[in-house]
Amino acid sequence: MILKTKGSPYDIDTPIIGRVTRIPENQEYEIFISEDLFTKNWYKFKAVLSTIKIISSLEIPIIHSIKNLEHLNEGDIVIINTDGIVNTIYRANSNHNFLLFTERCNSNCLMCSQPPKDRDDTEYFFNQYSKAIPLIPKNCYEIGITGGEPTLLGNRFLKLLNQLKLELPETELHCLTNGRSFAWESVAQKLGEIDNKRLMLAIPLYADVYHIHDYIVQAKDAFNQTIQGIYNLAKYGQRIEIRIVLHKQTIPRLAKLAKFIYKNLPFVEHIAFMGLEHEGYTSFNIDKLWIDPIEYQQELTEAVTYLSDFGMNVSIYNAQLCTLPDNLWKYSRKSISDWKNIYFEECNKCDLLAQCGGMFASGTKKHSNFIKAISIS
Amino acid sequence: MVSVIEKKNRKFKEIDYYQNNELTNYFLLPFRFQKINSNKEILVNEVGDFLLVPIGTAEKIILKKITKSENETLYFDLISSFFISEEAIPPLLNVLEARYRTKKSFLDQFTALHIFVISLRCEHTCHYCQVSRVTENKDQFDMSLYNIDEGIKIMMKSPNPHVTMEFQGGEALLAFNNIKYAVLKAKEEALLNEKHITFVICTNLAPLTDDMLPFIKEHNIMISSSLDGPAFIHNQNRHRPQRNSYEVTIEGLKKCRENLGEDNISALLTTTNLSLDYPGEIVDEYVQQGFRNIFLRPISPYGFATYNEKKNKYQTEKFLAFYKAAFEKIIDYNIQGYYIREDYATVILKKILTPFPVGYVDLQSPAGMINNVIVFNYDGKIYASDEARMLAEMNDFTFQLGTLGKSTYNDIFYGEKAMKISESWANESLAGCSECAFQPYCGADPVLNYATQGNMYGYRPTSVFCQKNMEIIRYLFDLMEDKSIEKLFRSWITGHSE
Repeated sequence: MILKTKGSPYDIDTPIIGRVTRIPENQEYEIFISEDLFTKNWYKFKAVLSTIKIISSLEIPIIHSIKNLEHLNEGDIVIINTDGIVNTIYRANSNHNFLLFTERCNSNCLMCSQPPKDRDDTEYFFNQYSKAIPLIPKNCYEIGITGGEPTLLGNRFLKLLNQLKLELPETELHCLTNGRSFAWESVAQKLGEIDNKRLMLAIPLYADVYHIHDYIVQAKDAFNQTIQGIYNLAKYGQRIEIRIVLHKQTIPRLAKLAKFIYKNLPFVEHIAFMGLEHEGYTSFNIDKLWIDPIEYQQELTEAVTYLSDFGMNVSIYNAQLCTLPDNLWKYSRKSISDWKNIYFEECNKCDLLAQCGGMFASGTKKHSNFIKAISIS
Repeated sequence: MVSVIEKKNRKFKEIDYYQNNELTNYFLLPFRFQKINSNKEILVNEVGDFLLVPIGTAEKIILKKITKSENETLYFDLISSFFISEEAIPPLLNVLEARYRTKKSFLDQFTALHIFVISLRCEHTCHYCQVSRVTENKDQFDMSLYNIDEGIKIMMKSPNPHVTMEFQGGEALLAFNNIKYAVLKAKEEALLNEKHITFVICTNLAPLTDDMLPFIKEHNIMISSSLDGPAFIHNQNRHRPQRNSYEVTIEGLKKCRENLGEDNISALLTTTNLSLDYPGEIVDEYVQQGFRNIFLRPISPYGFATYNEKKNKYQTEKFLAFYKAAFEKIIDYNIQGYYIREDYATVILKKILTPFPVGYVDLQSPAGMINNVIVFNYDGKIYASDEARMLAEMNDFTFQLGTLGKSTYNDIFYGEKAMKISESWANESLAGCSECAFQPYCGADPVLNYATQGNMYGYRPTSVFCQKNMEIIRYLFDLMEDKSIEKLFRSWITGHSE
């Protein structure tokens, strides 16, 4: 999946955000993709993208000599940067759109798939999204909010959420956050005041005891802050999902974590157990993390059925059905975003291919030794 | 708290770095403990979370002999379940607070169950029944329309937005016209007072006629009936001139199920001396009749217990043997694939296994009387509980709280009698209960204490209430050592299982 491309900038002093079109008559869109030489139509748009080399004296911002623009579809929202980089912010044809609010993070999880960066990008992203959000189609079903840690935008985080509610009242919002910022009650309160019933906060919780969780997220006091945060969010009526990544550090106390969640956080709306993704830090820490899913079947079964017995809503993400005991199949969801979801050669022989969540593309690097086609006849 | 923004560098640190290594010793949080069997003891904290541990563990914990290095799993189990803390004030104290409030939240709404003894008349002459009268004298033994109105007024004053109006007897259906009046009147008042009402009729089903069913159905009235077991037990317990109580009950059950739906009809078991010899037969009967639940009600002291300690102890032992035998049979049925739950255990298991409160009036602290239930007798007298009016039938009016039409809401619910009872209705403050590991799962019963021991406070070493509940709770924990049984118990609580 290509979300970024680069060309030569011309006359761009400030980032331009808009929807792309290849149809010159489509003047409600902002950015024109042209494979031709100049036409008068160009003047109707805020900017032009082109694969052709253009030497111009026109007063139109242009990025030319772009290698490839095939990944852009009608209505995709892009940002054109002054250095010629064109980033896709929103794909019109996808149900897996994410708004990355910042690359900064106050945690540093051993298995982070998108390792954080420490430069202050909050103003840049705030400006980008406050312009992009009004351009998102009103019938957009769901948008993810991610990072980094989105709440590090502070008041700007709240402003963007407010804007999302006003502009996209019908859109489900799924915000990935470590929840720590909500340990400060006023932050949770302000989020509560936005009162968006379509907002779900997906918060990771990796152990029932502080030091294991703190170790996994590499931040002291994170466990207590996250729990306090969840309590504060609940107090202000926010919807909460708990996320648990399955790896060598979380497995030993997994059943105890399930019990901790039911006893102390029974108000959460959803609990997702997630297979490990081989991106970012994971490869570096693989010795500390890797355990074949076949080896944690018992622990996973105990945790999932315990919660489900008590009526909690449970899912398993990023798992291949051949690595799960069959009584857990019904909890497995096809959760991997379209552009990074793959299956193996072996999978083509499997009777359950259509129901299976498959593998992250990065799973080619390391995966269960027990991937095997299932025959149900 | 550590700032959320600061992150000095991103070099990974080992797990030891994240442990509190400056700690020389841990702090104890409030918990109680109790031996469960020859190998295990149980630790229970203030919110009812428990750990089953080898005998001697509680002592080690208290003497601070548990160390992170030698007992790592236990050490972190104790922290995670709020038994010990590494800080004098636990960092997640507010979680514990919220959990405690949740467990006691059955108190938040105050009285829900309003029992109207709509008639004392009955066509049965059950030998254990102390109150009913076989008579045609409606004027004397039916609740008057005036008292019905006054009872509804009190019910409308309850702070609880959801109230239950339960018609009892005698045999309630003998006064069906008054029930109709009461239901319509209560519905009218509920509209004005923005209350939601559930209606229940307790009946032996004998007087049930077809022309009653449309009204019962129209107003979603639940039917609570009685089934004491197979015919030879039921008919012996429930005497009727025709000796056909069982047959009319079964006929009535069938009619109700057909007309009102499976979920709107339930049956209660009354255990008598005779029943105690037939636990298996009684369970079989419930299964044969298609019930998915059975309530092995703790034996009522009003038929059995006296001031005689030895006799009480013996009767309770007999009941416990009966309970366990029946319980095993119930578990067998479940293992064979027939889902049937035992209701008394389910009440206790909810307290043990879930973080939620249980609104079962006969086993809670503070007690259900007044807080969750109030009884309006046929003659307009108001009692703290159903058992309290039984006492009154034996001419003891200790728990009479007032009279309909005369006493004000405050007189009844906050008057001197209520104050007096309240001194003994919380097991947290009763000797013998305050230090008991099962306290969060149990309750208090000042009326029973008074009836069997002569005072509301009671004396635990000879209390039948204590003897019975201690053993049932212990028994449940004992059974749960088998994880498949614990799983079965979860399905009793939620009605489903994976």
